[in-house]
Amino acid sequence: MTDKKLHVPVMADLAAKGEKPEYLYWVGCAGAFDDRYQKVARAFAKILNHLEISYAVLGKEESCTGDAAKRAGNEMLFQMQAMQNIEVLNAYEVDKIICTCPHCYNTLKNEYPELGGNYNVINYTEFLDEMIQDGKLKLENNPFKGESITYHDPCYLGRGNKIYDAPRNVVKAVFGDVKELKRSRSFGLCCGAGGAQMFKEAEKGDKEVNIERTEEIIERKVDKVASACPFCMTMLTDGIKLKNKESELQNLDVAEIIEKALEL
Amino acid sequence: MTKQILFIISLAITLGVFAWSVKRLWAFFKLTKPSYPIKNIGARISHTLDVAFGQTKIFRKPVIGLMHALVFWGFLVITLGSIEIVIDGVFGLERSFAFTGWFYDFVMASGDVFALLIIVFIKAFSLRRSILRIKRFTGVEMSSKSYWDAQIALSFIGLLMLSLLAFNVGYISNHPNGYEGVYPVSAAIVNLVNLDLGWLQEPGWWIHILLIFVFANYLPYSKHFHVFLSVPNVFLANLEPLTKYPNLESITKEVKLMLDPEAAYDESEEVARFGVKDVEDVSWKNYMDSLACTQCGRCTDVCPANITGKLLSPRKIFVDLRKRMDEKGPIAIKGEDDGKSLLRDYITEEELWACTTCNACAQECPIDISHPNLIMDMRRYLVMEEAAAPAELNTMFTNIENNGAPWQFSPEDRLKWTEG
Repeated sequence: MTDKKLHVPVMADLAAKGEKPEYLYWVGCAGAFDDRYQKVARAFAKILNHLEISYAVLGKEESCTGDAAKRAGNEMLFQMQAMQNIEVLNAYEVDKIICTCPHCYNTLKNEYPELGGNYNVINYTEFLDEMIQDGKLKLENNPFKGESITYHDPCYLGRGNKIYDAPRNVVKAVFGDVKELKRSRSFGLCCGAGGAQMFKEAEKGDKEVNIERTEEIIERKVDKVASACPFCMTMLTDGIKLKNKESELQNLDVAEIIEKALEL
Repeated sequence: MTKQILFIISLAITLGVFAWSVKRLWAFFKLTKPSYPIKNIGARISHTLDVAFGQTKIFRKPVIGLMHALVFWGFLVITLGSIEIVIDGVFGLERSFAFTGWFYDFVMASGDVFALLIIVFIKAFSLRRSILRIKRFTGVEMSSKSYWDAQIALSFIGLLMLSLLAFNVGYISNHPNGYEGVYPVSAAIVNLVNLDLGWLQEPGWWIHILLIFVFANYLPYSKHFHVFLSVPNVFLANLEPLTKYPNLESITKEVKLMLDPEAAYDESEEVARFGVKDVEDVSWKNYMDSLACTQCGRCTDVCPANITGKLLSPRKIFVDLRKRMDEKGPIAIKGEDDGKSLLRDYITEEELWACTTCNACAQECPIDISHPNLIMDMRRYLVMEEAAAPAELNTMFTNIENNGAPWQFSPEDRLKWTEG
């Protein structure tokens, strides 16, 4: 990356100064370590900085939510992770958590409360949508003029938590329109990476799921495809590469669209 | 009087056989584990009105959905007529609900019109199965038994409607000077056919009600048990977000013990098996799902793994569960074991590991079955009881344990993304 160092407040540093931010930004393992998704984490942090939001990240104190372990059947490991994270979050008296990763979002929002972790968990697409609606996030430029876009619903955001409109609203705020895929919203087709599939080879079949989905996106004849999940990002990027369509079709995260529109 | 006695005897036999079937299933249910608590009755009622009576999920396929919805709504009004027939039969009355006036006219008229519509749609459903090759009606779990089960049930329904019309036509013909209720279709038939059709009343009545009695007792052994179980299944559905996968309480205790060595260990508690290996490990709701499943295949039709040629078919998981309970239930009640299990003898590991937990199946299921949660319950058994996860997943587990991330990166590098 050629970007310069970003100013991202860390929870422990603020606590040492006796400060408490309004939001905790839960970066997730993909945001922290995945080359492609690091760009999305940077984009979102830039937007938070631009909006002068009071926030912080856990940094080295953040650990995997345990989502993939849980879906792979390792409940023991999941709960160990959950308990440790909850201990950290509760020690900082965290109230509002913003997630970019829908898997982290789903786990923190739906599965942590019963283990003693009760937070107001917000998905970044809802947050961005609200900022746009409230007029706090002003989008005057469209760096994608003349380009068309479609949106791929991440399962854990859409079917899982019924967040269909927020990401579309954000994309529309820049692009004006979203071309829907044949299988969209609650009918959306998975990218193939959920339920711990991200970390293993697929079972034997005729085709990879991400290829099935990528072909559907290519058929829609759009210039861009937006998504809002690190796993979808990987799967679609791989699919586009395999189909040799990188020059005609690019995969962007919702946060990156805003980052570009704001010229951050 | 003879008619009354004959009717009461048939009714008694029907109820007797049905009670025996229910008792058998009840014993199977007693083998299963508890499920989530049934709370929020208000929300459940509105959910049932929406999904069951409003048929909202059925309408996700609009054309066939409308046909199903009309058959379902027709069944509802015709069922009121069937209750009347039973009361008439037991007490030797005729049209005993006629006192309800306009309501009676409305119910009878709807039933009469629906009967004709249902005959048309049932014929279409039947031809769709025998002539059109619809992908979701195929698959390893769809045996010829399943095909004939569908055709038998459709024939029953078709004959039920024909006999109802015959009864109505006969009844109108026998009462030229006025009758109770309104029957648009049957009255039209009487007007069109210039013959005395009064003789149809008695055989129509008997055939209709006896078919209902036989059909009711066929259902508990058929996939068409959904006629009885789908509405309760929707009422008892999991109302939580689809991707919320319940935490295992027995694990919570163990984890707390590990994190806090001073916590007291309750030795009186039986150590349960983690996850699902066989039918005794599933919840009563899982088993009810398997009984309510109509094998429509909408789940498999949208499954990304199935679409791309993998072995997994969400429908098969529940077809297998019901089959295995039929096999294991009677043995387990006697406290015996046959050395087989749902896992491996019916459902392979390859099927289970192919699931992406995308919940397209659960979203589509017209009666709210949750397939991914049962699939993950079986993964829990594989991982926590047998350590039988695919090697790559074991690597992922190790990474999370050691570095707090599914990939092999150091927690020290968690802020590197900010550096650029």
